[in-house]
Amino acid sequence: MKRIIVALAVFGVLLVAVVVVAVLNFRDEDSVAPVEPESAARTAQLVARGEYIARAGDCRACHTARGGEAYAGGRGIATPFGTLFTSNITPDKRTGIGEWTPGHFWRALHNGRSRDGRLLYPAFPYPNYTRITREDSDALFAYLQSVPPVEQPNTPHALGFPYNTQVSLAVWRALYFRPARHEVDAARSAEWNRGAYLVQSLGHCNACHASRNALGATSGTLDLSGGLILMQNWYAPALTVPGEGGVADWDAQEIVTFLKTGVTPNAWVKGPMAEVVRDSTQYMTDADLHAMASYLKSPPRADEGERQTQVPDPAFLARGAKLYNDHCAKCHGDAGEGVPLIYPKLAGSRAVAMDPPANLVRMVLGGGFSPSTPGNPRPYGMPPFATVLSDDDISAVVTHIRTAWGNEGAMVSARDVYRYRGGLQQ
Amino acid sequence: MTRAARVSRRSLCASLLALLGAVASAVAAPPKVEDTIAQRVQACTECHGQSGRAASDGYYPRIAGKPAGYLYNQLLNFRDGRRRYALMTTLIDPLSDDYLREIADYFGALDLPYPPHQPVTAPADVLQRGEQLVLRGDAARQLPSCVQCHGQAMTGVAPAIPGLLGLPVDYLIGQLGAWKIGNRRAATPDCMAQIVQRMGPQDIGAAARWLAAQPVPAQSKPASALPQALPISCGVVVQVSKPVASK
Repeated sequence: MKRIIVALAVFGVLLVAVVVVAVLNFRDEDSVAPVEPESAARTAQLVARGEYIARAGDCRACHTARGGEAYAGGRGIATPFGTLFTSNITPDKRTGIGEWTPGHFWRALHNGRSRDGRLLYPAFPYPNYTRITREDSDALFAYLQSVPPVEQPNTPHALGFPYNTQVSLAVWRALYFRPARHEVDAARSAEWNRGAYLVQSLGHCNACHASRNALGATSGTLDLSGGLILMQNWYAPALTVPGEGGVADWDAQEIVTFLKTGVTPNAWVKGPMAEVVRDSTQYMTDADLHAMASYLKSPPRADEGERQTQVPDPAFLARGAKLYNDHCAKCHGDAGEGVPLIYPKLAGSRAVAMDPPANLVRMVLGGGFSPSTPGNPRPYGMPPFATVLSDDDISAVVTHIRTAWGNEGAMVSARDVYRYRGGLQQ
Repeated sequence: MTRAARVSRRSLCASLLALLGAVASAVAAPPKVEDTIAQRVQACTECHGQSGRAASDGYYPRIAGKPAGYLYNQLLNFRDGRRRYALMTTLIDPLSDDYLREIADYFGALDLPYPPHQPVTAPADVLQRGEQLVLRGDAARQLPSCVQCHGQAMTGVAPAIPGLLGLPVDYLIGQLGAWKIGNRRAATPDCMAQIVQRMGPQDIGAAARWLAAQPVPAQSKPASALPQALPISCGVVVQVSKPVASK
């Protein structure tokens, strides 16, 4: 008898859990009409607006495989849970979204569910896109229906158990996803509100600029407190901390120039952010970039973490200084002074002293160019040193750079360098 | 403190600061940076050697003086995943087609001497087989000779077909092997892939060794045209003549 009660209790708890998860998964979901009126006709104006929204949302960067047809999907997104492959969002009827209606598309953006009802993985950033307005969703859909259809079947995701099940995804969504709508803050200017919309929804900035928990969730679209990008080993700096990526003290025009051209006298865009400028922000209007600047200047300042004060061994520093003179000084200058708009200044650079030191190490390992933009069409480049310098050498030279000329960064070990090397293949 | 004392202290500070500034600028001369394409592509020459003359390790090939269209195609191939080398792909990924073409044109136009020829040792029968394949092909297996496309002097043909001389044997074997397993591809129709599929490992080794054993002729520039039509249809020739598409 007692056993039966226990079994019933367990069953009851499970039933309640299933119901709760199910209910949480269908929050704020409209029913999708099977056939929609043709009222939202695909006017040229709507398509043009949709194309701009696609740029602002940077859809193409993920939904296009390297060397593949635009928007036909197939790009692998490596995560700690396995590799997800982006889907074909061209209007091909069999393999793309040619059979979708604006209602299906809205449900995908707003509720993270596909046309056939499947739950979508949040590598598709619907925790951000849920805030996109219905008008923008319809315009984006009209644009995507206008691009050339490409017949290319989707690649199945390569995820291990239990991440490959809809049940685990439903639980994840019950815990971490809540459909939301963009809310206007009446106390703020229209410009600030537009910026908030662009940063939180379309721009999905916090997909990188926030840390993720063990299940890959951020703490919300307002969180811009920085994070190491999973698998890529680049650090997206905190936009709230002046010593990291905070821009509260920047002139608004400098923020606009940074997003438009990829370079300002004080900052260079590199790594994954170079891709964002290349594919997205350089195409945005000055008004929208000013709006983003207005919003990005406003988040509350957060304190910097306690700095590590381990004094490196003088011989180690001397080795770093010699390597610097041999390999770096030719462009960055004997005292890390750099060359304005050409080679980054290292003395007093916050990118250099930042913790974790991922970006400095990745730059030394892989080198890189800033993106070609109309404002900086022929950038100067830095060579990769991954094959030239050992992990020990790189740890010495970056420690020198982080501690010389008044820089107050912490020591970097060869083990750190080895760890960041892992991102080179991504 | 009197006002005069304050002023004099202030001016002392100012002159000290000026002195410090002068010392600092004397110690740290700013880097000399020229507004040239050569300065811009320093990112390439750490691996590909000074002015793209190839590095001594035998892995990174010479890029100086190769047909500009060939170099441009390779940049697109790395960017678009038809060739795979993560460092190279990541490096050029943010650059526009126009800029990649300018970089290719710059290295293609360089006319620099080759280093002294390194002798290659291989058994005589291997070299003989290599010579046969390179100069005459193997009609029985529908293998055209190398020289039919790469030029009688094997120095390539402008704008898109590369020369085969002055390359380390490891590099040649590495590239033919990559084609064989699909790790290196070119624009379709991928003629080189079709040819390599008809070659066995022995053929690849023999052709690569014979090629590496040949000195680069004094006239090392690519030929301007082939005397006859290509024996096989090649996408690379089309790829290079396509107008620049914005990415």
